[in-house]
Amino acid sequence: MLRRTLLTTAALALGVLGAGMAQAQEKLKACFVYVGPIGDGGWTYQHHQGALAVQEKYGDKVEIQWQESVPEGADAERVLTQMALGGCKIIFTTSFGYMDATNAVAAKFPDVKFEHATGFKRDQPNVSTYNARFYEGRAVEGLIAGRMTKSNKIGYIGSFPIPEVVMGINAYYLNAKKVNPNVEVSVVWAFTWFDPAKEADAAKALIDQGVDVIASHTDSTAPLAEAAKTNGAVIGFGQASDMAEYTDGPRVTSIIDNWAPYYVERVGALLDGTYEQKDTWAGIAGGEVLIGDITEKVPAEVKAEAEKMRDDIAAGTFHPFTGPINKQDGSPWLAEGATAPDGDLLGMNFYVEGIKGDIPK
Amino acid sequence: MDFGSINPVILIASLMVAAVPIMLAAVGELVVEKSGVLNLGVEGMMVMGAICGFITAVETGSPFLGFLGGAAGGAGLSLVFALLTQVFLANQVATGLALTLFGLGLSALMGQGYNGIKPPLTPDVPFGPLAQIPALGPILFAHDWVVYFSVAVIAVTWWVLKATRLGLIIRAVGESHDAAHALGYKVNRIRLGCITFGGAMAGMGGAYVSLVRVPQWVDGITAGAGWIALAIVVFASWRPWRVLIGAYLFGGITVLQLNLQAAGSAIPVEYLSMSPYLITIIVLVIMSSGKGRAALNAPAVLGQNFHAAR
Amino acid sequence: MFILEKRPTPSRFWLYATPVVAVLLTMIAGGLLFALLGTNPFAVIKTIFWDPIFGEFAFYLRGQLLVKAGPLILIAIGLSLGFRAGIWNIGAEGQYIMGAIVGAGVGLAVYPTESRLIYPVMVIAGALGGWAWAMIPAILKTKFNTNEILVSLMLVYVAQTILAKASTGFLRNPEGAGFPGSRNFSSYKAASNPEFFAGSGLHWGGIAALVAAGLAYVLLQRHIVGFQIKLTGQAPRAAKFHGVSPNRLVMLCMGLSGALAGLAGLFEVTGPAGQISIDFNVGYGFTAIIVAFLGRLNPIGIVLAGFLMALTYVGGEMAATNMGLPAAAIQVFQGMLLFFLLGVDVLTNYRIRLLFRGTR
Repeated sequence: MLRRTLLTTAALALGVLGAGMAQAQEKLKACFVYVGPIGDGGWTYQHHQGALAVQEKYGDKVEIQWQESVPEGADAERVLTQMALGGCKIIFTTSFGYMDATNAVAAKFPDVKFEHATGFKRDQPNVSTYNARFYEGRAVEGLIAGRMTKSNKIGYIGSFPIPEVVMGINAYYLNAKKVNPNVEVSVVWAFTWFDPAKEADAAKALIDQGVDVIASHTDSTAPLAEAAKTNGAVIGFGQASDMAEYTDGPRVTSIIDNWAPYYVERVGALLDGTYEQKDTWAGIAGGEVLIGDITEKVPAEVKAEAEKMRDDIAAGTFHPFTGPINKQDGSPWLAEGATAPDGDLLGMNFYVEGIKGDIPK
Repeated sequence: MDFGSINPVILIASLMVAAVPIMLAAVGELVVEKSGVLNLGVEGMMVMGAICGFITAVETGSPFLGFLGGAAGGAGLSLVFALLTQVFLANQVATGLALTLFGLGLSALMGQGYNGIKPPLTPDVPFGPLAQIPALGPILFAHDWVVYFSVAVIAVTWWVLKATRLGLIIRAVGESHDAAHALGYKVNRIRLGCITFGGAMAGMGGAYVSLVRVPQWVDGITAGAGWIALAIVVFASWRPWRVLIGAYLFGGITVLQLNLQAAGSAIPVEYLSMSPYLITIIVLVIMSSGKGRAALNAPAVLGQNFHAAR
Repeated sequence: MFILEKRPTPSRFWLYATPVVAVLLTMIAGGLLFALLGTNPFAVIKTIFWDPIFGEFAFYLRGQLLVKAGPLILIAIGLSLGFRAGIWNIGAEGQYIMGAIVGAGVGLAVYPTESRLIYPVMVIAGALGGWAWAMIPAILKTKFNTNEILVSLMLVYVAQTILAKASTGFLRNPEGAGFPGSRNFSSYKAASNPEFFAGSGLHWGGIAALVAAGLAYVLLQRHIVGFQIKLTGQAPRAAKFHGVSPNRLVMLCMGLSGALAGLAGLFEVTGPAGQISIDFNVGYGFTAIIVAFLGRLNPIGIVLAGFLMALTYVGGEMAATNMGLPAAAIQVFQGMLLFFLLGVDVLTNYRIRLLFRGTR
């Protein structure tokens, strides 16, 4: 039986090798480079959902290819070159660390479009960048945290001290303090994006310090699982993906990275010839950042308040960083009524006034 | 050092849980090394245990069966190592490293479709009022069964190695396989048994990560715990109770550094973050330079393959 | 049942035949795996082993094989010397990182000075960085008898933390708007390590790897130190009577392997990787241990093993992209290849004899 299958496969193989070249020319090849495995349940998983959405939307007109767990640096450059040589017409590089590789390869393949996530370099006309305003979601989390905390201690598990994370901490704290002036934030740096056991320990350390609302900026659900062990005393948020499996427990809402609208739009633009280089930083308004369902653990009026903030952000009537805001050392950053310029946010390397502790330098 | 508002009772209770995976894997590896075999594939066996345990627990609904499944998964992978090193006499260091690569890949393949699922809960052992005793209660009487099991494994391993005939044979094989062979012991079979035990313990340790510590499956969930377990065996200078101390010390420093951060300690984070490794090195230096001479306690034929000429 | 019988001398035939047999066995076992995963096993195996060397895009990929094999060979050569003498440096990954940080740090400190002297100084600094990191376990071993496996492994984690600090702190690109990562060396000519010819994949790292392999070969065959290394590995007591100082040998072997790992890190960070970033290290230090053993701790064998390893990476990536295979399947395939290579090797030194009931 096995042998017959093998023989059949062999026959098929010869057939495919012979004739396979002719087809597949018509389809547009959209390619994706991932920094982790699709099974990470967070960052890469969400990008892959976006890729699948592209396939579903355009069906026969596109073919998608992807490569998981591509290390940043030399390997990324090779994978990108292989993809470009292999006929990819648009390549999404989904990690900050691919920035230089993306621009270097783009210089060699002017006909291929490159889309780099979370970076800022567009050295070539065929490189576009895109990012999501996750801090908008952090602001909503902060509001809920400020309202929900009983101990007035809220926690944040950071990965690495980079602007993206610092921005998240500041947005979380500012909007918690707005509704609860007594609130204090404790930050624990895990120095890893992904180490479930360590993330659980970090959550536990925060809980042991009396923190009762935990936000995390690392990739796994471990902090939620740790919060679940407190029988409802501690709440947390889903990060990157909805983490809906914890809705009956500590997860009160979530920030969902939703790349599908952007991917569908860009591939669509390439298909119908309207593609242009651009720099996209969309948030709740663009549908790139979704706020997951707010569960019943949150009182109705807080839920309404959070949803209003979400809608105001989407409508552009509220900016999570609205002055007056001072830096941690007391020096002024934003004047009354001013909103943060994007440049300040993207390079943010300071805490706002009121947060204790130092950013590791 | 300012310990601020850190509660030592809670800290000790947390570190006992944090140490379970590395402790189980380390005591398993200790037995393997006592028999003269160096299996560097602990990380691979742990991650296989994590996925096999997770799948078993989810499919059967029983966390207990999950741990058995984890042990079976780790032991299964260790048999590949045993086949290569004991039958085909392959180099142990290289085979162990290849085992980790293989285990990480295979577990990720098996785990497709198991992302985002919550496994059944492993409850604490009900000690009733004992758990309410101040200080002692949370430390001694408020854990799941695996925490106690891991300590029991240490005790049994210590007893078997020290006081039984089986332990004597294992040590003899690890000290001089030629002499043990001359005495009529089946060197390779004894080593096969030890390797399987080591695999099973690593697998259980991995299952503890995916079923209790994190409860979920994600690729590469053990995130390097296997390497730490290897280090702890050497740190313990091949003595079971020191494995317990080593695992608690390492788990303790890891938990403590995160607690210090959460408590707002002024020590820069990056020094805290590397402290578990530095302190392990310092302790090791102290131990091996003193009277103990840790390195001298290493099994004499560690890492060498045995081939019976006759 | 069968028994193994030790050959009086290693078989020349099997010495060369075992790698071929192992690769063939891997193709069969791997083919079954790929078929189970619903892909065409013949196409996958062709993509992995054939396409990078002879396929449509070989003009590019051949160079990439060199890029990938270079650091593996350079590190493995250094490790193999210690391994032969029973000195276990498992922490090459840490020495690789430290070499990169120290070397890159020197270059970045004088930015944007242009001078021909800068790169050679960086190379020396990189080697010194790796050497110094390896000296920690070496000195602890010789002074306090501390186990070098453990210390060198622990220092990998410390090096990783320092790397995170370097890329978010002291080596961060001041013009990078606060993002992590150092300046990119490709835009700082005096300190960069570009390909000699575009697309060739050949840079100083590849040259260094081949030179190191050549020197190691000479050292082992002709030099007294090579003899001492081999003797210590085979008969430590005899080596002592022969006047070999074990401590000196530890310092020498650890130092050499550390320096070579540091060099590899420096060449990589100034060349293919381009910059110091939080995780620019991709495990070459660990993979090199496997390469050293696959090459039977022999310099020529290591060069070949390095290229074979590189082939499975480069070809495996192509297979994953083009056939939609999960990266994990490629990892399993690599694991199988290593298992077969290690297992079949037994035929070099042993003969298989079938054992019938009643015979011995």
